Amino acid sequence: MNFTLSAEQKLFKQTVHEYSAAELKTRAADVDHSGAFNWVAVRKMGPLGLLGLTTPEEYGGAGVSAFEAALAIEQLGWGCGSTALSVAAHNSLACAPIALFGTHAQKEAFLRPLASGAGRLGALALTEPGAGSDLAGGVKTTAVPEGDSWIIDGSKMWTTNASVADLMVVLVRTEPGSGTHTLSLIVVPTSAPGVTIAPPEKKMGLRGSPTHAVSLSDVRVPLENLIGVRGNGLQQTLSVLDGGRIGIGALCVGLAQAAFDETLSYAKQRHTFGKAISQHQAIQHMLADMATEIEAARLMVYEAAYLKDEGKPFTQMAAMAKLFASQVSERVCYNAIQIHGGYGYSANFPVERIYRDQRLMAIGEGTSEILRMVIARQVLGV
Amino acid sequence: MKILVFMKQVPDTAAPISVKDNQVDASKIDKYAASPYDEYALEQALQIKDKAADTKITLVTLGPARVREMIMQGLAMGADDAVIIKHEPAKHGELVEPNDLDGLAVANVLAAAAKKIGYDLIYTGTKGVDDDQGWVGIAMGELLGLPLVAGARSTEVSGGTARVLRDVEGGKEKLEVSLPALITSSQATEPRYPTLKGIMGAKRKPVLEWDIASLGVAADALASRVERVALDMPPGRQAGRLLLGEPNDQVQELVRLLREQAKVI
Repeated sequence: MNFTLSAEQKLFKQTVHEYSAAELKTRAADVDHSGAFNWVAVRKMGPLGLLGLTTPEEYGGAGVSAFEAALAIEQLGWGCGSTALSVAAHNSLACAPIALFGTHAQKEAFLRPLASGAGRLGALALTEPGAGSDLAGGVKTTAVPEGDSWIIDGSKMWTTNASVADLMVVLVRTEPGSGTHTLSLIVVPTSAPGVTIAPPEKKMGLRGSPTHAVSLSDVRVPLENLIGVRGNGLQQTLSVLDGGRIGIGALCVGLAQAAFDETLSYAKQRHTFGKAISQHQAIQHMLADMATEIEAARLMVYEAAYLKDEGKPFTQMAAMAKLFASQVSERVCYNAIQIHGGYGYSANFPVERIYRDQRLMAIGEGTSEILRMVIARQVLGV
Repeated sequence: MKILVFMKQVPDTAAPISVKDNQVDASKIDKYAASPYDEYALEQALQIKDKAADTKITLVTLGPARVREMIMQGLAMGADDAVIIKHEPAKHGELVEPNDLDGLAVANVLAAAAKKIGYDLIYTGTKGVDDDQGWVGIAMGELLGLPLVAGARSTEVSGGTARVLRDVEGGKEKLEVSLPALITSSQATEPRYPTLKGIMGAKRKPVLEWDIASLGVAADALASRVERVALDMPPGRQAGRLLLGEPNDQVQELVRLLREQAKVI
């Protein structure tokens, strides 16, 4: 493994950093406060290539590696957790299953517009009121073939991007029973009759990344909207989530880095007992731990991405990277607020928002408990 | 159409600047970037290329090895090729003075490069944000005998004519100039971000490296005609003054100070 950036990767990272500083960071507080999606910034992401990161170039994407995508997501997370989450979900949850398992025609029809950024974003609808971590047995949304259409009925929860998306990839039950090969992924346009998107959930953080309950009632889509192999939806989903975890790990690192940067400059200018608090050893130790843990998390994310790019098994490393990075972002943001003191608890300082934003990272795309189960299965070989 | 965009790499506006022995201490500068006015110049040129695909944009810069980073970025934004005129700034004692050539000397070098490359239109920024003198572009125009428009905001080219929009105090001015011409840019729509595709393709675009000596500039044209006598940092901010006493007296004293000392009312 060699994580030295090439000249292009350096310029790419710097470009996304500058974009994030100018377009995301400046609006992050407003986005959190109003809950308005930052379309102004996202509109500029298309030409940059950020909406088709790992989408192949032949379908209008940027075709970058998982490693380069992680570099980008970290920089976006550093600027604004909400916008970064929506873009990460668009790339690794909506574009990825079509890119991985779709046919050439599906990629032309669905992936190309998503990657170009000309339209709106994509979403993945997995969880349901009664199905979160236990998708295999829990998913009740059904798709029944009739003539040349699937007829889809059910309801989905916690669908990131539903209201800002043109299409959703929906996990549905296409076969009887609750076995491991009873689910499938089907592309559903959000404009299809029968699709109802509820108002955005009121959340603790990431308020500028809309999350919705979606109900599907007698929704008809063409048979050819089924992605990959009928009945393989669960396996396809788990594989997509493996990749998504690298993105969430990178997002954690970006959020933690942002909280650290704010804290470092605050600690240098805030004075107590006649000197800058950065000169107190208690503060120095916290800063040293924060910097160390951020670097460790970053390297784990890089390693998971590296394994994926090498075509090696990366399920365990991706789970480890996300688990650890989400713990790091929690601890770093906790100490960021601690060092800010009362000001850190105030909404006038960014660390308060970053602390709330990072809290989801231990839940979305595999809770820490599920990740430990994944890691345990791997280390036990069961 | 062939457009040359002259760019200068300057200390990043966020880089720490310190002064020692009447010179900027370059060893303290940790980050360099393209001068923002030069980025406006490139953006204006790229907008011409957006409309006329047969436009060729060549970046030209004078500077040490580090300028390659700026050139890569310009190529990633959409320029076609680049020329780097190599110049390692001279050491003065233990310090490196990044701008050891004066504006006219730089203009002589750049004008010679422009003649060698050939052009229909030349862009520069109105000034570099380091020395802030703003005379390289104008001097080049004179040396090349070109019509010059300074402080342009946007340009439209048709036939052999450029229509230039520029800001004037409280309004706008439209000028027409026949090509070849030299335009200095003071503004543009926000310079575009390099695209991922552009970044990946930048390394394959040709970048030539020239020595000043190869341009045949006479030695006396490189001699500085201006001598810097002193360079000082701005004075530190004075501590505020607290007015004491009854509110009525405070207000009277405040009004008196604003009128007599600050002279703002």
